[in-house]
Amino acid sequence: MMNWIWLFFILSSVIISLFNGKIDEVSNAILSSAQSAVTISLGLVGIMSLWLGLMQIAQKAGLIKLISRFLSPFLKLLFPGIPKNDPVQADIALNVSANALGLGNAATPFGIKAMEGLKRLNPNKQDVASDDMCTFLTINTAGVQLIPVSVIAILTSVGSGNPGEILIPTIITTFSALCIGIIFVKCLIKISPNPGRKK
Amino acid sequence: MIGTYSLAIIPLLVAFFVTYGAFHKVPVYETFTEGAKEGFEISIRIIPYLIAMMVAVAMFRASGAIDLLALAFEPILEFIGMPADLLPLAITRSLSGSGARGIFAEIATNYGGNAPITKTAAVMLGSSETTFYVLSVYFGAVGVKKFRHAVAAGIVADLAGILVALLVSKLFFY
Repeated sequence: MMNWIWLFFILSSVIISLFNGKIDEVSNAILSSAQSAVTISLGLVGIMSLWLGLMQIAQKAGLIKLISRFLSPFLKLLFPGIPKNDPVQADIALNVSANALGLGNAATPFGIKAMEGLKRLNPNKQDVASDDMCTFLTINTAGVQLIPVSVIAILTSVGSGNPGEILIPTIITTFSALCIGIIFVKCLIKISPNPGRKK
Repeated sequence: MIGTYSLAIIPLLVAFFVTYGAFHKVPVYETFTEGAKEGFEISIRIIPYLIAMMVAVAMFRASGAIDLLALAFEPILEFIGMPADLLPLAITRSLSGSGARGIFAEIATNYGGNAPITKTAAVMLGSSETTFYVLSVYFGAVGVKKFRHAVAAGIVADLAGILVALLVSKLFFY
């Protein structure tokens, strides 16, 4: 699917811009976005290393195991491929809570730790996503966030009388989208489960 | 208030991890540096995935394809009662985080902070994550190239989010 989406983005942009004369803008976009992808990745190094270091402490101290044991029954429902009390459960829990609290910086390293754990449990070939990875990313792309800090900041800056007004509608929306996403991904998994290592 | 809350939470969290470790007799300094080593490698591993995604998205945005899509979707917009000015935001927010924030800032400036359409846009933006960015970073970090159901589920959740945002905003702001 990614192959098709990628091809679609690139081909349609070139064709459209040939017709509307925006081809030079597309040309600039190619160069500058390739550059900024590197800037963004390298910009992650500091914060990523920081949280991974703290995670290592949490793991050595048994905090990760403790969280896992606590959340195991609940996460078992969403991620049937994870064995009981596996430490990856804590990584997932930390990722989801960091996202919910709006700590995007911390959420990414936690999430990548979780992905590494899920990779260890992946019953498919190593470059094919597992069912649990799909569920996990559905939760992440839904972006459950209790307080959208940057949105509130923009609202305040344009003189909104009561920016807090958007909080409850936002929470209702994000949870509805999350539930629909999870139901949908679970249906897809039912129709076409992990392909395994064959072929 | 929200500002102070988010300012305090990170130092508190850092302090908690370190204290908890020290309490359980973990050599916190050594362990930290050992874990932190991984950060660089992961960030480097993401680069090719992020380039692939960001270049395609940037081309798409620069080409004016989104305006064209907006034109094509107009009849559907009327049907679901969505203001046309919200469509570029609805399309962009799954593709580019900074792009979506830019469009939102534009709507907010044009209509003012108290307009229902600004608040609807705020709900739309705040309730979602940049799906394609998340997919490329997370899968990129572990070298997964076949995303399977994650793409479709992400898109469906985004579409659902747009519709729910419209509906909820109608109830709350209009």
